[in-house]
Amino acid sequence: MNRHVLSVLVENQSGVLSRVSGLFSRRGYNIDSLSVGETEDPKISRMTIVVRGDDQILEQIKKQLNKLIDVIKIVELDPDQSVFRELALIKVKTDMNTRASVIEIVSIFRANIVDVSNTSLTVEMTGDETKIEAFIKLMKPYGIAEIVRTGLAAIERGSRVINNV
Amino acid sequence: MKAAEAMVRCLIEEKVDTVFGYPGSYILSVYEELRKFNLRHILVRQEQAAAHSASGYARISGKTGVCITTSGPGATNLITGIATAYMDSIPLVAITGQVNTSLIGRDVFQEVDITGATESFTKHSYLVKDASEIPRIMKEAFYIASTGRPGPVLIDIPGDVQDREIEFNYPEEIDIRGYKPNIKGHIGQIKKAVKAIEESKRPLIIAGGGVLLSDAQSELMSFVEKTHIPVVHTLMGKGAVLESSPYNLGMIGTHGFPEANRAMNKADLLVFIGARIADRTWGGVADKVLKNVRIIHMDIDPAEIGKNLGTDIPLVGDAKYILSEMLQRVKELDIQPWISELNINDSEKIDKKIRQTKAIDPEYTIRLLSDKLNDDAILVADVGQNQLWAARNFEVKPGRSFLTSGGLGTMGYALPAAAGAKIADSKRQVVAVVGDGGFQMSLYELGTISANNLGIIILLFNNSRLGMVRELQERRYGSITAVTLEKNPDFIKLCEAYDIPGVRAVNNSEVEEAIDKALKAKGPFIIECIVDPGESTL
Repeated sequence: MNRHVLSVLVENQSGVLSRVSGLFSRRGYNIDSLSVGETEDPKISRMTIVVRGDDQILEQIKKQLNKLIDVIKIVELDPDQSVFRELALIKVKTDMNTRASVIEIVSIFRANIVDVSNTSLTVEMTGDETKIEAFIKLMKPYGIAEIVRTGLAAIERGSRVINNV
Repeated sequence: MKAAEAMVRCLIEEKVDTVFGYPGSYILSVYEELRKFNLRHILVRQEQAAAHSASGYARISGKTGVCITTSGPGATNLITGIATAYMDSIPLVAITGQVNTSLIGRDVFQEVDITGATESFTKHSYLVKDASEIPRIMKEAFYIASTGRPGPVLIDIPGDVQDREIEFNYPEEIDIRGYKPNIKGHIGQIKKAVKAIEESKRPLIIAGGGVLLSDAQSELMSFVEKTHIPVVHTLMGKGAVLESSPYNLGMIGTHGFPEANRAMNKADLLVFIGARIADRTWGGVADKVLKNVRIIHMDIDPAEIGKNLGTDIPLVGDAKYILSEMLQRVKELDIQPWISELNINDSEKIDKKIRQTKAIDPEYTIRLLSDKLNDDAILVADVGQNQLWAARNFEVKPGRSFLTSGGLGTMGYALPAAAGAKIADSKRQVVAVVGDGGFQMSLYELGTISANNLGIIILLFNNSRLGMVRELQERRYGSITAVTLEKNPDFIKLCEAYDIPGVRAVNNSEVEEAIDKALKAKGPFIIECIVDPGESTL
């Protein structure tokens, strides 16, 4: 079950997300993450979908997505030729004794502290999944209160663009 | 003008002459405009029939069928009909009323999320929020429904949106950036397919419903005659090749003909044309066959290719275009040993013997009917044993049509679909073949048929059973349950109550006279054939 990252241009209108997510659930495709947002053209949204499956399943996913009228274009991104990023907000339990060491790790990871209280510290970090996983692993001994992750956003390296033509 | 008027004007622009429907409070404005424009509206007796009738109408007229209902239960009743059309790739535009925009999401009276409910079996759908978009949406809906792989499109329109004032300009051009069906096929792939065909020693064509949808029967026939490749067909592909042609080995699948399935198992090249290769089709073929066979798959829907079966040479496009392209390139094949092996020239596809049964032989009845019907007759088969009796024994001559719910297998399809077919072409004879189970699922449509004096023949095989389920139960469990239709009404009397005359036949000697009577009738007519409860499908 290989992991694939699909960049999907869709019409920016209501119902599209439901059509895409419904397609994955009813055809039994495995989805790791899905993120969506407006593009440079406000009429078009771009979804980044991370899926798992062999070549035959991936082929079917692409074809079935293409059948949706609202789907304009699908591109599978090559990990070597693309930048993958995810944003995570992590609330770590801290007290006077542990705060300093948490801050130290945060700075090693070049993450940001966005909120602090007597008993917690909230970290914002951006990176690929391995970086975020590594950070979470280091935070576990302190006690993690909450994690929020956006799912992957991805873009091709270089000057090439995915557009609607 | 009012948005509702714009909608009806759009229907007229799309050359719609008949709509099937059932009014209700959130579609009143559209109905008022239908009245003003004097557009023909067939009032069905339950909304499901509106979709099935529109489907029968579409399949015979070649146009997109239109059905209109109100919100809530009106819309949910359509669902089975929409799903049926989706599975058989029938072009349909379904228009449903919706509660007022300000009430959406509050679970008010007769509110239902119909675009959500039908998401997985509509080709596309719209919930209209901005009335000014109606002309574009209507244009797109008809275009999407009827092009590429056809299918149902749903337009859900809130009551208040119907009453808004808009400027009406029907768009002439259409451009949907996410929808560009590939029609002509890839020439490189076509060349590869021709080469594979010429290299094969035991090629076989499997014709599906796509051949009929693309109107490619004559291209297919020319291709077969030039290459001498034998043909089998799916249930939906009945009529795709001349049934009298010596190259036609008949229907494949779990209920197909042994010689057709045998050919599937022996071929070294399978050429699927407009067939989905679903389980019922594939049922008769052993898995080991796949290892030694090359597969060419032609379909207008790229997602069908590789979905159920690995393919060596995909051909995406319209069968009519691709077949005529291939016809020009392919040379005559020398496959005489294969043809002799299949015994093509002396194969007797239909066993003409009359079954020895206590009651009526349904297969004999269909054959007799088939012999007596005109050369442009339409037969609509329901679902169950009757469907296969009809499929195996009705001869689809050129000009004839065979309609059935092949994909979803919807009981109750035949009666409303036959009504729609008759409305599409009143000059052609239309026969609805039903069992006593499926007949009672759409019994209410006797009202529509009678009120519109639709001269269809209802051929009812009454075995007081759900015959096919009974057969499955006996085979699997050795006992039956919940398949006995006790206290069936007197169907002849019931039809009489609807002013539909008919006759009952209880043995084979009475069948011919009954058919002759039915053929002479001026309006609708029912033939009830009493069938032995133990009668088998094959």
